[in-house]
Amino acid sequence: MTTQGRYGKYGGQYVSETLMSALIELEDAYSRVYKDPQFTRNLTDLYTEYAGRETPLTFCPNASRELGCKIYLKREDLVHGGSHKLNNTLGQALLAKQMGKKRLIAETGAGQHGVATAIVGAALGIPVEVYMGEVDTRRQALNVFRMELMGAKVIPVKSGTRTLKDAINEALRDWVANVRNTYYLIGSVVGPHPYPLMVRDFQSVIGREAKAQVMKKEGRLPDAVVACVGGGSNAIGIFHPFLADDVELIGVEAGGEGIETGKHSATLCTGDTGVLHGTLSYLLQDEHGQVLPTHSISAGLDYPGVGPEHAMLRDKHRVTYTAVNDPEVLDAFRFLSKTEGIIPALESAHAVAYVMQNAERFDKDDIVIINLSGRGDKDVAEVAGMIEKC
Amino acid sequence: MGRIEKAFASAKKPAFIGFTVAGDPDKTTCIRIARALIAGGTDILELGVPFSDPVADGQTIQKADERALAAGTTPDTVFEIVTEIRKESDVPIVFLTYYNIVYRRGIERFYREAKDAGVDGILIADLPVEESEEVCEVAALCGIDPVFLITQTTSDERIKKIAEKARGFLYLVAVLGVTGVRDQVSDGAIDLLNRVRKHTGLPLALGFGISTPAHARTCTRAGAEGVIVGSAIVEIVEKNLGKPVSMERDLRTYVSQMKKDL
Repeated sequence: MTTQGRYGKYGGQYVSETLMSALIELEDAYSRVYKDPQFTRNLTDLYTEYAGRETPLTFCPNASRELGCKIYLKREDLVHGGSHKLNNTLGQALLAKQMGKKRLIAETGAGQHGVATAIVGAALGIPVEVYMGEVDTRRQALNVFRMELMGAKVIPVKSGTRTLKDAINEALRDWVANVRNTYYLIGSVVGPHPYPLMVRDFQSVIGREAKAQVMKKEGRLPDAVVACVGGGSNAIGIFHPFLADDVELIGVEAGGEGIETGKHSATLCTGDTGVLHGTLSYLLQDEHGQVLPTHSISAGLDYPGVGPEHAMLRDKHRVTYTAVNDPEVLDAFRFLSKTEGIIPALESAHAVAYVMQNAERFDKDDIVIINLSGRGDKDVAEVAGMIEKC
Repeated sequence: MGRIEKAFASAKKPAFIGFTVAGDPDKTTCIRIARALIAGGTDILELGVPFSDPVADGQTIQKADERALAAGTTPDTVFEIVTEIRKESDVPIVFLTYYNIVYRRGIERFYREAKDAGVDGILIADLPVEESEEVCEVAALCGIDPVFLITQTTSDERIKKIAEKARGFLYLVAVLGVTGVRDQVSDGAIDLLNRVRKHTGLPLALGFGISTPAHARTCTRAGAEGVIVGSAIVEIVEKNLGKPVSMERDLRTYVSQMKKDL
């Protein structure tokens, strides 16, 4: 592979030999459906009739007044299932079905991708097994129940740090053993080629809609687009259609307890290049190449790697990557709930927190789009506990 | 002729390739484990350079990696272990590791240090042939054999590509899945052996899931030039943690029994 699957020097296919045939099969299948108008029609139909797209681009008068610029939210929290994750799982599950795969496996951190996979499994009639770190099954017990309710089997992962990274390890091990009949439905723009490409393509619907909507409402492009970055799928989804435009793009990572404490998940802000889960990208690792444990208030951002396309965009300075800390995220969680009656997912609250922290950067007429990648219902119990402790 | 090639060429019987994780459970004990494996008759010693996320490995070897890392094992420790073994043995030594360990240290530096310590071959579990160009060039410069995996899902076309790049021997994966002890050797493993044989003259060794003399016999009767045993050895280590004397005795006994029936 030379240019295929590379974003600058990043990306690639660093996987065990057993998986190479599966990746070649997947690349081949995807390159066919990508050009197939029938596939696109089927997917668009599911987006509209099942997922509830297009999602609104909501102007927030109260938050705009408080922060001193025009705040718009891209409402991925209103997608069926409660987050942007379904955009990707619908696309990949349709593909899996077309490939004749009999079983879907997935990893999940916060549980949103697991839920989105359980949804498509039920809707399209494919059995689903979801690997989830044991720590996360406790943090996100509600999502475990939702997945099981929709017929998915949730497998708690007890190895390593028992979070998202280890859930991916286990899913990869399962895939190696069952590669002939199983489709591995990765939830972010990470993993070996063609996953970062496919997931970005499926998520780009967010940015395409947002661009058309802001043009219609404001007659011009926004000044800034802000999104949270864990693996980076909601961010690349909204950024991608704006890459060639004169629009500031800001990716917000999880600063956790503070970059200086080492307890964070700010891969692009502090990591070095390395290889994990099949891709060359930025990575939180020690001097010997061992992957470091991560921390974030939001399970969905708790990942030591990041999508390879983000790594390239960072190096090219096309996207600014920064981080906000847990307390600021909690403030943003409460702020948006109170001012607009919209409870954001803790992941998405990172993007809100950035705008709150940097409000003075924007003028009154500046248009800022925040990707509200998910709703916060899943987080309320956890946040209630944290507020009590404060 | 390199040590690996010589070991296969001069062997009257198929080779026994024994694996342990370098630094498991600590540096000193690991050197004793290596000695015991060699004393039992191991023809090629395979050392796992531990990684935090060993996705090609099952539970047994994952836990061994965790023990080694908890004991503070770094690539430096691993090179020191090799240097110690080299003082007393000429047995070929092959590293089995993951790409980030090599990438992080710098490919050239890692291979040069490995060569200086006395390593003969390196297999990187998550580096398929398509991504291996730079590594193979460096390996050739340093005089280290690049060893590759071939699995039941590898197409004939890719077998040819891999066989062209590989030196020393080819590591045939006997199962669909990760490392770990299994009940029997599958028919798929024997089919794979026959399929790869058509494309290469390199020695072929079967590994993953092989733990008993009967497994080994099945492989060598089908024409394998070597068998690779990892998890079964690591299980002996695990069972005897804190009891180095019985650990060494059990390892020697195990290897010599496996050898007898090859």
